Amino acid sequence: MSALTRLAGSEARLFLREPMSFFFALAFPTVLVVVLGNAIPAFSEPSPDFGGERPINLYLPVVLALAVGTVTMTSLLSVLSQYRERGVLKRLATTPVKPSTLIGAQLAVNIAALVAGAALMMAAAAVVFGSRGPENWPALLVAFLLGSAAMIGVALFIAAVTPNARASAGVGSLVYFPMLFFAGVWTPGDMMPEGARRVADFTPLGAASQALQDAWHGGWPQPLHLAVTAAYAVVTGILAIRLFRWQ
Amino acid sequence: MTVIEVNGLTKRYGDRTVVDGVSFTVAEGEIFGILGENGAGKTTTVECISGLRTPDAGTISVFGLDTRGDREQLRRLIGVQLQESQLQDRLRVGEAMQLYSSFYPDPADWRELLAAVGLTEQVRMPYAKLSGGQKQRLSIALALIGNPRVAILDELTTGLDPRARRETWKLIRQIRDRGVTVLLVTHFMDEAERLCDRLAVFDGGRIVALDTPAALIANVGDVDGYRANLEDAFLALTGTGRDN
Ligand SMILES: Nc1ncnc2c1ncn2[C@@H]1O[C@H](COP(=O)(O)OP(=O)(O)O)[C@@H](O)[C@H]1O
Ligand SMILES: [Mg+2]
Repeated sequence: MSALTRLAGSEARLFLREPMSFFFALAFPTVLVVVLGNAIPAFSEPSPDFGGERPINLYLPVVLALAVGTVTMTSLLSVLSQYRERGVLKRLATTPVKPSTLIGAQLAVNIAALVAGAALMMAAAAVVFGSRGPENWPALLVAFLLGSAAMIGVALFIAAVTPNARASAGVGSLVYFPMLFFAGVWTPGDMMPEGARRVADFTPLGAASQALQDAWHGGWPQPLHLAVTAAYAVVTGILAIRLFRWQ
Repeated sequence: MTVIEVNGLTKRYGDRTVVDGVSFTVAEGEIFGILGENGAGKTTTVECISGLRTPDAGTISVFGLDTRGDREQLRRLIGVQLQESQLQDRLRVGEAMQLYSSFYPDPADWRELLAAVGLTEQVRMPYAKLSGGQKQRLSIALALIGNPRVAILDELTTGLDPRARRETWKLIRQIRDRGVTVLLVTHFMDEAERLCDRLAVFDGGRIVALDTPAALIANVGDVDGYRANLEDAFLALTGTGRDN
């Protein structure tokens, strides 16, 4: 076993022991969908306003984007900046294993948790509301992975440029809430105003959310949205690698 | 045999020189102390030796290896206990030992090591629940897990109560008796005097004296009619150029 797999195993254990990270990554999407669907009966009734669709079905891909934004801007970001602040990365730097391996392990654990949380949510939506699920699986997978990569890049970048864990958390929430808006959490589907949508197209989570919605409803994401998420992933990732301080 | 050789080590932050032309050698099997007030440049010096910071000038070799050279080989030879470094709150003692031992080709038996630092009963305890002294002892155990030939220990008794400090001293002697060379950073006079074979006294980023504790004290002679101790020697050597 390589150091990366050993560290990933250890980080996965720690992740599962942390109630907050556990809840937000694994349970939150499911809880949100089930609660919303039950609290607002109209959400789970087929509606002529939505072409005979259940409104909740429009919301499911947006919840996927919400999950990506929540895990990256809260759990992942706080773990990364705490590992630096508390000297966990520096201690690892005294061993033959590079501290970047621990960051790699964290990313692996977070992506796995995101995928598991998303699968759980889709299964719950199928069982509780009879949701048909995504209509274009390959496209959904591409959109999900690109969106996650973009937001992981943003998290790494914030961790790199903020001096301590408090500042990381502060900047993280400053980014998080507008990002949710652009992802359409309050205005799913076609409800987002046209002006906001034009901005949303160029935000990482907004583009990811659009791509996820297109794939969910059977289409392929627009090249613009794929390009925007890929560009965020690459640019923030490279900047983070260049700017990250290990101590 | 020379284990560590530091030559003209210089480190600057901005236009402040915090380590200024430091040179010394550490012989195999020694407990070599670096003594100095806070801010004297002790941590910077040992972190350069550990390969964690890059010197602006000077050379450092450990067992003949340049510290800017083979990262992995160097880290197998050196075990480091950092001044400020924690572990993940929920990581258990035994898990940390097992994980870190997996990083080395020829690790020590981690259960034996835990017993040596008196943490056997805490093997399932998460890091956050350990007392200050227990955290320090775990830190020492992690520094020794790879069977290093040199242990670099930075201020490891700071914050410990007197009993825990003495137990830690005993542990350091045991480490040396296993054949490990020890480079010990401290600002405590009693610790330096009890433990170290030789001492480098740091002041403002320079070495102002380097000798055995006994010789450093003997150089001062009597102070106000009393036999000097290491603190008298330290005060006589440092603080030049300051107001008092
Ligand atoms: N990363 C850094 N950036 C700027 N200044 C630093 C840094 N690390 C240490 N210093 C400064 O260098 C001086 C020596 O620090 P240090 O080596 O930690 O001293 P000691 O360990 O003897 O207390 C201090 O004045 C400290 O403020
Ligand atoms: Mg120090």
